[in-house]
Amino acid sequence: MGVIKKIKRNFSDLFKRLFKKQNARIGIYGPPNAGKTTLANRILRDWTGDAMGSVSHIAHETRRARRREGVTIKTNGGSITLDIIDTPGLATKIDFHEFMAQGLDENESKRRAKEATEGVIEAVKWLDNLDGVILVMDATEDPFTQVNVTVIGNMEARNLPLLIAANKVDLPEASASTIRDAFPQHPMVSISALEGKNIDTLYEEIAKRFG
Amino acid sequence: MSMMQGFQMDLISEHRLAEMAPVEKVRFIIDEVREGKILVLEKGLSPEEEASLIEMTMTLIEPDGFSGIEMESYPSEVDTSILGRLLKKNTIKTRMTVIGPADQLKTLRKDRNMISALISAQK
Repeated sequence: MGVIKKIKRNFSDLFKRLFKKQNARIGIYGPPNAGKTTLANRILRDWTGDAMGSVSHIAHETRRARRREGVTIKTNGGSITLDIIDTPGLATKIDFHEFMAQGLDENESKRRAKEATEGVIEAVKWLDNLDGVILVMDATEDPFTQVNVTVIGNMEARNLPLLIAANKVDLPEASASTIRDAFPQHPMVSISALEGKNIDTLYEEIAKRFG
Repeated sequence: MSMMQGFQMDLISEHRLAEMAPVEKVRFIIDEVREGKILVLEKGLSPEEEASLIEMTMTLIEPDGFSGIEMESYPSEVDTSILGRLLKKNTIKTRMTVIGPADQLKTLRKDRNMISALISAQK
């Protein structure tokens, strides 16, 4: 009997190895300075005690995609384990003069601009390797930016789940309802990644959408 | 008679773009925009083509040279037909799109059915 049990266990292990379900890969997308890394840091701090990367008021602080594997989020409805990819801000233009206007010197600005262009390319390439996207929008800005339109279009074309995080609702000029009206076909949670406002609702929605 | 100053704006029909492969479309658009032209695409680009255009734009940005594009398209519409649902692939209905050099075209306001832009004749 012991031999049969052993064979059964071996088969079971082999089966698991062959058909092991990969964690869903979820990309955090959005325009520069929408709060993507702030949200990634919030998620990681809440569930792993770690952080993803540094944040800055100067755009394109994240210029390389960062992946964190096996982040388990527990909600009332159960738990979900995800691989989270914090992507560089998407843009259609990058002018180093804008970094100089923020106080960086010319060489530093040019270097940052070059790295930012590479970061955008990386973010675009990741679109082909994801199972879903959290699109972070700055609720104080116009929601119909090209970056938002292009990311939403790509998710719809691939028939992949998308969750909109209307960020920065701690600011008085924020209007999450403008975002909801702009893209009513997708679920949206209004949050402040910085202050943690509504973050539990976001986790519930993440579990529902990507589970 | 004085020379007329201004910029060139080309209105590209759906048919003209449909004859091109995705990579040709992206190349065509980027070449035209780098020459300083403003393009209005009757039917726009697919979301994947928009992403490719962003990618190629990034490879061509140079300090004190080409700084990128301004692109504005209306949100696409999803055609959720039964066949599309069966194939698990959505058909996207693309819509009119304006593309130009970032230093000459600036979007002033945009909503679901209106794009308002400022075009500068000088860089």
